[in-house]
Order: sequence, then structure tokens, then C-alpha cells
Amino acid sequence: MFELLGIPPQALLGQLLLGLINGSFYAVLSLGLAVIFGLLNIINFAHGALYMMGAFVAWMLLNYAGIGYWPALILAPLIVGVFGIVLERLMLSRLYHLDHLYGLLLTFGLALIIQGLFRNYYGISGLPYRIPDALSGGYNLGFMFLPKYRGWVVVASLVVCFGTWFMIEKTRLGAYLRAATENPVLVGAFGVNVPLMIMLTYGFGVALAGFAGVLAAPIYSVNPNMGADLIIVVFAVVVIGGMGSIMGAILTGYFLGLIEGLTRVFYPEGSAVVIFVIMAIVLLFKPEGLFGRAA
Amino acid sequence: MSEQRSPKPLLSVRNLNGWYGESHVLHGVDFDVNEGEVVTLLGRNGAGKTSTLLAIMGILGKRSGTVTYRGTEIINMQPRQIARLGIAICPEERGIFASLNVDENLMLPPRIADGGLSLERIFDLFPNLKERRRSQGTKLSGGEQQMLAIARILRTGAHLLLLDEPTEGLAPVIVQQIGRTIAALKKEGFTIVLVEQNFRFAASVADRHYVVDQGKVVDMIPNSDLDANIDKLHAYLGV
Repeated sequence: MFELLGIPPQALLGQLLLGLINGSFYAVLSLGLAVIFGLLNIINFAHGALYMMGAFVAWMLLNYAGIGYWPALILAPLIVGVFGIVLERLMLSRLYHLDHLYGLLLTFGLALIIQGLFRNYYGISGLPYRIPDALSGGYNLGFMFLPKYRGWVVVASLVVCFGTWFMIEKTRLGAYLRAATENPVLVGAFGVNVPLMIMLTYGFGVALAGFAGVLAAPIYSVNPNMGADLIIVVFAVVVIGGMGSIMGAILTGYFLGLIEGLTRVFYPEGSAVVIFVIMAIVLLFKPEGLFGRAA
Repeated sequence: MSEQRSPKPLLSVRNLNGWYGESHVLHGVDFDVNEGEVVTLLGRNGAGKTSTLLAIMGILGKRSGTVTYRGTEIINMQPRQIARLGIAICPEERGIFASLNVDENLMLPPRIADGGLSLERIFDLFPNLKERRRSQGTKLSGGEQQMLAIARILRTGAHLLLLDEPTEGLAPVIVQQIGRTIAALKKEGFTIVLVEQNFRFAASVADRHYVVDQGKVVDMIPNSDLDANIDKLHAYLGV
């Protein structure tokens, strides 16, 4: 016990920061999943592959077109979003009247294909992506060293998450979205173009994944498997937060990142499974998720 | 049921057939609604009244026949296109959105034309809603939810209102209030198709009554002739 308390603050804070960064990715990705599930009723298993695509598009923009990090932060999510819209129009839109399972199977298959294609062309060793100059280096906070880029990831994800939350919960466009989530037929009967809204929502949800991919590119190596490794954890986050709850997805993302960080300090062997243990407990006692509405 | 008035009716329904999946529920509905009229569809439970409204609005899965609104054929249009022509529906289950507050519910249907009621006029008609603007939609009482469901289609500029059993399950005092509202809306120039089972209520607000039975219109009774036809109507409605 004494030894546990004797953990130096640098180690504790360092792991908490790492947890917060992981949590930032969990939050942005689970937010995208929650937005998509809410309106489309589709469990988007391709989300991890689209996150990976975001990182790859940023890498390609840099290496093939000389376009750097900052423009890529806008362009890559747009490109991934448009790719998502094509998927939605050509394939997903045919499944809305069917059970969730079909959407999950289709997107799972798409994820495998997308990852396979990237693996085929780029291998699995990972490609480097440099931290932009403005964000290299760090701050010495006295009790720990904070790399600038990691601080930026946390800030950028917070801005995107709460911007999205604000848009959905507090604006007229968001009111359409929430209403169409509840009763798309009636919203259509009021004269709203619901299919267009669904298409753009999917595009936006996967653009969020693409954005997370660009944020991740300088931290993790750009690798075809980067999404597959992450998406399982993100699905656990979504289950814990409650499917379809926007604020739930965001808060649970950051919270579980931190829990994972703390576990890495106090019980490193458990850090890989702690989120799944929490998921199992939540499913046992509150199956609709911490922030979900009971069905 | 042969009545044809001039000039051309605002809404004209001819040989309207409709299906829920494999189940054939409308078997050739015919009726007309003239500009500025309040018309009811009366009939027993399951007669096809609600299905008729849904078919006009384009919501019923499969339909055939002819539905013209201001001379435009709408039978093959999407619900959103039909709404944009100026038809609005207040569904039987009211369709209040739980995740939206009263204000958001009220402002949800987009404006499709000029000439909708102003918010002041709407709150004039439904003062309760004004006091509860920030409440979650489904936290309202049944009567208030019904008022909200009617109120939100009044500001859009829609001209033909399809109201599906607006008095169902409500206390008599609220039913009276809805009756007064419908009378006020008629004065404002709205045209209304009202589905009702409560013919006493229908008699207090409507110009004409179409009797629906087994997926067809079987009779038309002008409100002025209602007393003379009351036994016949009782027989139709099984009361």
C-alpha cells in the first residue's frame, strides 16, 4: 500500500495525461458513432477504418501534394466525409428498414476491405508523420513535461466534441436531427428532406473519425491497423455511455481514458482490460448505459 | 355522396386505395374538400379514416388512385413534397418529440409559404403553451400536447390541415377549447379535414361529414341535415 502511494507525481500525471489523450480519441470517435447510430440506426463498424483513412489522407496530402498538417486538418475530414457519403448513398441507405445487425455486418465487411486495401499498398510497418513545427517541443510545468502537441490534441478534441454537442442540443439544425432520430416519418411529413439529413449526418459522423485520424497521425505511426486496434475499445465506450447519447459518448470517452491511465499507474496488468470490465459491470446493472434512456 | 360543388374543390380524392404491407385497407375512397371548409371523416374504429389521412399525406406505404390538391396530382409524391404544397398533418398519436422542448417542437416544421400564423397569434389561441415554452414536449398534459401538435402546423403557411382525432382521450373542457380553436382557424381561412369518432364534437365544428366504412366513403351528410339523419348516422357508427 505504501508503495502505491509512493508513486512519484510525474508518473501519475504523465499517465493521466496519456489517459486524457486516449480519452480524447475515444470521445471524438464514440461521438461520431453515437451521432450515426442516433439517426441512421446503424452501428458503424467501419468507423475505425475511416479514422485510419483520416490519418492516411493527411499522410498522402503531405507526401503526394505537399499539403501540410493544418490544411489537412480540414481537408482530410472533408475527404473522408465525402467517402462516407458515397458509402451511405450506395450501400447503407438500402439497410435502414432492416435490423441493426445488417448494418453492422456491412460496415464490418467494409472495414475489412478498406484496411486490406491500405495494407496491400502501404504494408503494416507504419509511416511517420511529423509533428507540425508550431506544436513541437513542450512546456515544463514544474511537476511534469507537457508536449505541446499532446496538449493540442486534448484542446482540439474538446472543442470539436463540445461544438458538436452544442450544434445538436442547442441549434435549430440539431432540433431537426433529434426530431428525425425519434420520428423520421413525421419530420418528413413536415416538409424536411430527411434522406438528405441522414446522408449529411453520416458524412459528418465519419468526418469526425477522419479528424481524429489526422490528430492521431503525428502521435501514433500511420498504420492500416490503427483503427482496428482502437475501435473495439471505442465500442466498449459507446456501450458504457449508452448508445445514441451525445453527451454520454463524450463524457464517457474522456472518463474512461482517465480510468485507463490511472489503472496503468496502479495496476498496469489490468490497463488493457479495465474498460471491458467496466462495460461488463455496466451491462449487468444498467444495460442502457450510464447516459442512455431505458428502451 | 354525389355532391360536387363549384368551383373546383381544394382537395379531391378519387378511388383511393391503400395498403399496410399486404393488408388492403382503403378500397376506393372518394371525397372532395372545398376551400375554407371544415369536413369530417366519421366512422368506426378501423374504418379507414386515419389511413385516408396518411394516404393523402403520402405516408401510407402503398397507395393508388387519384389525390389532387389545387389541381396538382399528389398520389405519387413523397410526404415532404406534399407538405411543401401546403398540406400539414396533426397525427393521432400527436407526435410530440420528447427530446425537444415546447419551443423547439413549435418551431420544428419549416415554413413552406407565407401566411402562417404569427407566434403571438398562436399563443393567443393556446395561452398554456406560452407559459410552458421551456418544458420538455412530452412533459405537457395530454391536452397541452394536443394543442402543441395543432399549434406547430399553424405557423408554417400550410393551408389544408389534416387533424386526426384531436379530441381523443381529452377532458370535456379541453375538447371544448379545441372546438373553439377549430372554429377560429376556419375563420382565419384554413381548410380542415378532421377525423373523428365523437360525432357530437364533429357536429359542433364541421360543415359536412363523410361517413367512412370498410375503407370507403359510404355517405355524405351536410351538417345542416345532421338532425334529420341522426338515426342513419347512429347505425353507421354503431352507437
